Amino acid sequence: MNRLPTGGQIDRTTRLRFTFDGLPYYGHAGDTLASALLANGVRLMGRSFKYHRPRGVLSAGSEEPNALVQLRKGGRQEPNTRATVAELFDGLDAASQNAWPGLKLDALAINDRLSNFLTAGFYYKTFMWPAAFWEKLYEPIIRRAAGLGAITTDADPDGYDRGFLHCDLLIIGAGPAGLAAALTAGRAGACVILADEDFCMGGRLNVETHALGDQSGADWAAGVVAELASLPNVRLLARTTVLGAFDHGIYAAVERVADHLGQPEQGKPRQILWRIYSGRAVLCAGAIERPIAFANNDRPGIMLAGAMRAYVNRWAVTPAQTVAVFTNNDDGHRTARDLMAQGVDVAAIIDTRADAPACDGVQVMAGAQVVDSSGRLGLKSITVRQANGQEHRLSIGALGVSGGWNPNVALSSHQRGRPEWDDAIAAFVPGGALPQGMQVAGAALGQFSTQGALAAGAGAAIQALSDLGKTAQAPDLPMAEDGEVRITPFWHVGGTKARAWLDFQNDVTVKDVTLAHQEGFRSVEHLKRYTTLGMATDQGKTSNMGGLAVMAELTGQSIAQTGTTMFRPPYTPVALGALAGRSVGRDFRPTRLTPSHAWAVEQGAVFVEAGMWLRAQYFPRTGETGWRQSVDREVRATRGSVGVCDVTTLGKIDVQGRDAAAFLNRIYCNGFAKLAVGRVRYGLMLREDGIAMDDGTAARLADDHFVVTTTTANAVAVFRHMEFARQCLWPDMDVQLISTTEAWAQFAVAGPQSRALLQKIVDSEFDLSNDGFPFMACGEITVCSGCPARLFRISFSGELAYEIAVPTRYGDALMRRLMDAGREFDVTPYGTEALGVMRIEKGHAAGNELNGQTTALNLGMGRMVSDKKDSIGAVLSRREGLQEENGLRMVGFMPTSPQDRVIAGAHLLEKGAALRAANDLGYVTSACYSPTLDSYIAIGFLKAGDTRLGDVLRAASPLTGHDTEVTVVSPHFVDPDGGRLRA
Amino acid sequence: MIINHPLLGPCDAQEFTYLGDARLIDRPDGMAGDAEDAFYHYAYLRDNPAGEHRELWFHEQGDRSWLVVTRNTVTHQITSVELARDVARKQGRGV
Amino acid sequence: MHDLAPLTALGSSAPQRDTIGPVTITENPDRALASVAARLGQDAACTKALASVLGTSAPDVAQCVQGPALGAFWMAQHCWIVDGPYDLDDPQTDLAARLKAELGDMASVTDQSGAWVRFDVHGDGLGALFERLCNLDMARMTDGTARRTMIDHLGCFVLSHRGGNTVYGPRSSAQSLHHALITAARSAF
Repeated sequence: MNRLPTGGQIDRTTRLRFTFDGLPYYGHAGDTLASALLANGVRLMGRSFKYHRPRGVLSAGSEEPNALVQLRKGGRQEPNTRATVAELFDGLDAASQNAWPGLKLDALAINDRLSNFLTAGFYYKTFMWPAAFWEKLYEPIIRRAAGLGAITTDADPDGYDRGFLHCDLLIIGAGPAGLAAALTAGRAGACVILADEDFCMGGRLNVETHALGDQSGADWAAGVVAELASLPNVRLLARTTVLGAFDHGIYAAVERVADHLGQPEQGKPRQILWRIYSGRAVLCAGAIERPIAFANNDRPGIMLAGAMRAYVNRWAVTPAQTVAVFTNNDDGHRTARDLMAQGVDVAAIIDTRADAPACDGVQVMAGAQVVDSSGRLGLKSITVRQANGQEHRLSIGALGVSGGWNPNVALSSHQRGRPEWDDAIAAFVPGGALPQGMQVAGAALGQFSTQGALAAGAGAAIQALSDLGKTAQAPDLPMAEDGEVRITPFWHVGGTKARAWLDFQNDVTVKDVTLAHQEGFRSVEHLKRYTTLGMATDQGKTSNMGGLAVMAELTGQSIAQTGTTMFRPPYTPVALGALAGRSVGRDFRPTRLTPSHAWAVEQGAVFVEAGMWLRAQYFPRTGETGWRQSVDREVRATRGSVGVCDVTTLGKIDVQGRDAAAFLNRIYCNGFAKLAVGRVRYGLMLREDGIAMDDGTAARLADDHFVVTTTTANAVAVFRHMEFARQCLWPDMDVQLISTTEAWAQFAVAGPQSRALLQKIVDSEFDLSNDGFPFMACGEITVCSGCPARLFRISFSGELAYEIAVPTRYGDALMRRLMDAGREFDVTPYGTEALGVMRIEKGHAAGNELNGQTTALNLGMGRMVSDKKDSIGAVLSRREGLQEENGLRMVGFMPTSPQDRVIAGAHLLEKGAALRAANDLGYVTSACYSPTLDSYIAIGFLKAGDTRLGDVLRAASPLTGHDTEVTVVSPHFVDPDGGRLRA
Repeated sequence: MIINHPLLGPCDAQEFTYLGDARLIDRPDGMAGDAEDAFYHYAYLRDNPAGEHRELWFHEQGDRSWLVVTRNTVTHQITSVELARDVARKQGRGV
Repeated sequence: MHDLAPLTALGSSAPQRDTIGPVTITENPDRALASVAARLGQDAACTKALASVLGTSAPDVAQCVQGPALGAFWMAQHCWIVDGPYDLDDPQTDLAARLKAELGDMASVTDQSGAWVRFDVHGDGLGALFERLCNLDMARMTDGTARRTMIDHLGCFVLSHRGGNTVYGPRSSAQSLHHALITAARSAF
């Protein structure tokens, strides 16, 4: 078909089978999907976004707007993949998209006939009213019609890695400039990373015919790559796109490890997202050719001239047997010459310049323009208007178009760089403040000759290393093509009413830009939003320049004044999987397991996530049909005899130093200076604005040694806060902090038999009697014949209770021992639900009450805030706004019918008051069923709640529909005077 | 961003937790007569400059030191990094 | 001697060992750890006293050292973690207590033995493994370097010494950390 008999960098000895829209084809190793399809005579590869126009390949690289296909099936199905960069492999399954029922006959091609209605701003103008139609009618229709490929709803079966690389010099792009830079820095011994998005390094050297010294460009590139590969200080990252330039020399890059395989090897990632820390970087990203807009310039077969010769030279494929070239610069002539050299019939060069140079072997039509094209599913002919005004048709199968080349400035503009216009090449070049440490070399800087690019690459590397205090020498670089750029800017063929495309992907035509201008959307950013020019997967790599030029023409400004839109990462589309890395599914975040986890699993516990912790929520027993049954039993068993709960998750901070007590005195709003050794005290921490931050206990193990506990959720934040106080506020206090949360396995042993149980565990020399170890005592003890332990007589449940801690490795064994020893008391393990029920019954505040909006006064602990000392938050907790008599106070609630449920989050209202914010009296924070009281109970915040005990109110939740009559009571439902604690 | 830690050298800003204006070091005396007014200013009134800003960063995934980082909020250029403890002492917060 | 049986951080009675490609990852449960933080104004004295306990100078910023019996690594300014063998037979004379006895009021000492899981990673190509785990520049992780870093969202210490790397991570997340190490190794080799 269209495969040329010789040439190209393909392995003709391999034959790779692939399918496109279900039809089988063959290609070779080294092909892309696009080159293989062209070789098989397939020009039609997709349908356009809006008008569903037949489209073929425009480019030979990642800038491709048209040839977007869907690759693979099932969970690996990936839409909107550019055929021009999809490396061919045996068994590749590709499909076209945005066409139904098929590419050749697409029902929505009707949109093309309706194009007069589908101009810029169509949505904004058409779907205005009635408003109710939006959700029901317009949006579903638009959503069905919009978009290109379809995403799979299957889980992605592949893994993605994230990794970190460090280098002296990052070189982005392995064309002539990048290779010269890498060779220079690599030979100098610097740590170099060379990244290129192609699977074969060399850039344009692989697609051009001019020699470097006595070698072909491709051979020279291969030789340099081989040398670089042999250097241990150089890392070559092929198939790697540098996506973004971030602060201080940090770059993101995605390496496509396995996209050229049917599926990744076992255990290997599909892609790796690299974070690259670079000392310096050289951007050698080359240049991207731009098209010229003319009527019906979007037919399959019309492509960029540089891409056309890339297909011929690198892949030995011609898009058609007879072609022509439409250009405004000398580079277009190269395409004609290269194709003729490969035996392709070039019908003519249509050159917009009146002074176009001649070209051996082909007619050059100087001052001519292509004014139209024909061919429903692929180019059949073009109409050329010659300088003298005569028009005639040329029958050709493909047209190469060159409007000049744009330096690829994207990465240079990801920070504060703003491109500047260069008249000499009629294009924007990098300008403004480039990302820290970045230089640009070669075509990306507008240095379009090969010789210039080589020299610039080497020079940039020498400069970069010199900045880093290293010396390097330029390698001997071969003689290479050093032609000048000769271009006369020409953007679009005027004088036509037909549509001339600027942005192929988004179907934006010259008319749309004209319309945007008429309607006042003249700034480039407005132009982009109004017309969608430059949006979507290609981000306008081939289209932005044309749009700007047309707008500049319309406004009478220069292109430089018109400016460009912002360039933002990522440079090309990235799979979300690559951004997520390994943090998916059950590995979304690490899991923290308690010391008794394995034991709890054996008991059949149901687990709940508490932050990263997995905690036993309750322990269902045979015959129990619902969680409430288990929880009620656990509560009753604990209050009736003894229960055990793993409370290791509470944050523990070791506080030592001569000033430890004075430090805690400033951290907690209540006093700690006088706490005796061997005693524990409850402490409330405030934020500096007077709001409660966290609570816990502090146990004084020695004069200069405390152990502070925090809530599970706030452990990290409290530690940070205490370090802030220690380092920033009181830098000369002698106090040292370290977290010991993980170091101790800690269990609550609660219930009237808890002492009896512990007496069987704790070594006999330690007196656990009420006198020997009273409520709020603490001490270092041993258990089980000598295992070091800590014992605290504290109670969250309201019962006689202890917390016992042993080194973490013995936690599992201690839990099992407690269960064994407790058998005579019918000891019952309890989970977080029962823990929660008992603390609500006791009226202890927890996370629901310490919710970042409440003060000590709200919590009923106003008198705890000492005014005899300076502590964090004390001053602002006393400010007027927080002292209102009518302010919220924590109280308890009981439904007037015990079995009526009260819902946490319900709002409190006077009986009979309408459910409106204006009538709000407060809200319920925690609620549960109390098996102890045989009633639902709740605690919450009520305006002047302390004065309203006995009143009957409504607790209504507009969210759940619950509306319950409740009586205001003390929040201490169980043992309000604390007799049990002290028993 | 890279923060050049005074002890550890260049570190990725991702290792840090951000707090804000370094004036939070200047906590007023809670027992002073004008404490309420002083704390109102301390807790609520802060500048939010487009430009150079002294800020507190906590090296949570590193050595747990609080740093005072002078950073241009527009360009992200970092011109100085100090241990907050040293700054606090220099500002007379030591004994 | 008490009769409570210890479990390793991975929840087993015996340490786990995995060999993947050229790398072996071994859980090492037999270490005792204690943090040593110099008291205010005692920096110099504490550093000196610690050196005499260790039998080698106390590690400088981001360094680790190994003495005849005990090793240590730098954790923060004037703050170290000392490691030694975990004496299962005589936990009463634990490392923290011994250090406190030596250092007295020069330092605050806290037992950290239960707080960490330790994995020793040996073999060729550690760079290829660790570049998928954390942002440390392995080329600069010469022998005797100790850095705190993030591995799969977990704050860990990575120590580089002759023959391999040691990773200390939060004990409660031992399984997650182990999973991260194994997954990265399978990916890299």
